[in-house]
Amino acid sequence: MAILEVSGVNKSFGGLKALTDVNLSIEQSSVHAIIGPNGAGKSTLLNCLIGKLEPDSGVVNFDGTSLLGGITPYNINQLGVCRVFQTPEVFGDMTLLENVMIPSFAKRDGNFRFNGWGAVAKRGEVNDEALAMLEEVGLVEQRNVITNALSRGDKRRLELAMCLIQHPKLLLLDEPTAGMSRADTNNTIELLKKIGERGITKIIIEHDMHVVFSLADRISVLAQGTVIVEGEPESIKGDPRVIEAYLGGELG
Amino acid sequence: MSQNLGKIRSPLDMEPLAIEVHDVESASRSRSARNDLILICVFSAVVLASPWLLAPFGAAYPDLLQRFCIFGIFAIGFNIMFGLTGYLSFGHAAFLGIGSYAAVWSFKLLTMNVIPAVMFGVLCAGLFSALIGYVCLRRAGIYFSILTLAFAQMSYNLAYSVLTPITNGETGLQLTLNDSRVLDAASGIDPTSSLPVTNLFGMKMSGYPGFYLCAIVLIISFYISIRIFRSPFGMMLRGIKTNQNRMSYTGINTRPYLLAAFVVSGMYAGLAGSLMAVTDPLAGAERMQWTASGEVVLMTILGGAGTLLGPVLGAGVIKYFENIFSSFNAQTLHSAFSFLPDGLAEFMVTITHPFVGEGWHLTLGVLFMLIVIFLPGGLMEGAQRIGNMFSGSGGKSEAESPAEQTKPAE
Repeated sequence: MAILEVSGVNKSFGGLKALTDVNLSIEQSSVHAIIGPNGAGKSTLLNCLIGKLEPDSGVVNFDGTSLLGGITPYNINQLGVCRVFQTPEVFGDMTLLENVMIPSFAKRDGNFRFNGWGAVAKRGEVNDEALAMLEEVGLVEQRNVITNALSRGDKRRLELAMCLIQHPKLLLLDEPTAGMSRADTNNTIELLKKIGERGITKIIIEHDMHVVFSLADRISVLAQGTVIVEGEPESIKGDPRVIEAYLGGELG
Repeated sequence: MSQNLGKIRSPLDMEPLAIEVHDVESASRSRSARNDLILICVFSAVVLASPWLLAPFGAAYPDLLQRFCIFGIFAIGFNIMFGLTGYLSFGHAAFLGIGSYAAVWSFKLLTMNVIPAVMFGVLCAGLFSALIGYVCLRRAGIYFSILTLAFAQMSYNLAYSVLTPITNGETGLQLTLNDSRVLDAASGIDPTSSLPVTNLFGMKMSGYPGFYLCAIVLIISFYISIRIFRSPFGMMLRGIKTNQNRMSYTGINTRPYLLAAFVVSGMYAGLAGSLMAVTDPLAGAERMQWTASGEVVLMTILGGAGTLLGPVLGAGVIKYFENIFSSFNAQTLHSAFSFLPDGLAEFMVTITHPFVGEGWHLTLGVLFMLIVIFLPGGLMEGAQRIGNMFSGSGGKSEAESPAEQTKPAE
């Protein structure tokens, strides 16, 4: 069963067509990678899924609900879609523990709840959940560090924890290993494999083929704003159109 | 908890770590709760003892002490908006003025008792801030500041012109002998030949009783602000300040959080305004002018925005300068430097003279510049640095509870 259905999505910025008739169907509990050369429209596509951008036309249905037509980013998140950004979007001036507690409160209390009297420290269940989550991504020792002091790789792991604590139905990962060392990349792959066991559907945008082929169940190749090939990793590997899009596009 | 942990613990992690971390964490939580308790106790003691503590500085007269408390409340409230969310409102004096007008009307129409006046003042300021906040919070950053400034100036001009029947225009709203005061009349208090004074169930609210009323309200306000800082609501507000985009992608609707913070801080301003009317039952439009809004911004930044104690400290410093430095004249300077040889004394008086008396704004300006340049975190950052100097490098690993950032260095 498809949890996310994208069909006929178009988006242009002025005269530039960023997405042309994009169709995607993401199976429940699968890991779907979107690859393609720079400027292919991968990030634009993700932006259309989280309410950051509104496509000019097309249909985006998530779990039976349309994600278009003025639905706000926070409502999309409350439906169960969470995104890890290419440049980590974390709460830089707050501690790691607080970074993970905010999404936990958002999950428990919905998009607004005025609770100006009860102390955060007395919410044992939220604290415990946040600590367990930090432990899982290996950041528990730094729980009281101000987030800005973290390396980029650690920030991205923190952001992943912030998404996971919400138990999302669909997790969007925008280049989760960009700028990481090989060791960090392998750790991240392990982590993503582990959370895969929990049945969270994932869409991964990635340039690192090692990451893509170790994780993805299905791959879509995006070039010049449109899906040129979609299939199993094995069939993508040898597809001449993919090689053409990557090499031909860049060499001439 | 243990079930949850068991399910998702990674195979790489050591078993005992979670339990150990959990213990350390709850210990640090109870420690920070205890620190808050100490903070509020010390704060109360200092505020209540200020008539004695401030005597050596020449500031121990009820009139000035009341101003310290009232502007402290104003700044605490302002800090809930500016310090926590980072939204700089430049129109908070409007709520101060509204609180004053509402309180004076309560004195005129209902009773000279201060309780209904304060409640009415807070309520009116709350309603107005909900209205103004609803409109202004459609924009962020500088546009929000400009919108609030525009609203405040509009209120100021309306109070001067169109709304004269309510505000009594330039003269200001005052008590008169033929005010109705229905509740006082009904409870058999005879109209006197002179103007009545504000009271708390018969206790006259002038001089020291007035100060103690303000002091107790200040302590309660401070306690409420600690609760807000430590609550999930306060944490959300700090999240908005740090990364508003992340908040939306995390499922938070930031607008109602901001509006709630704005209303709370508007009510604080209304409370301060109504206390002004309690200590001196007269309300003028100049209280709403933009300079008054700017003053509370200065107080908060000077003391340390986003800290608990900073705004109160900033309010105290600015009001002290306004009242004490402005009263110095050439004669006081001459006597201060009389221990120096004649020529040198004359020289010192000449160079310090522009900074006192009428020129106290100059001192304040220089002080403000120095603080913003060298201590961007305000006086609280200075206090923290001094505290760290005494306790070694201050980098001890346990000095890192989540509350540490917003905690004063006591």
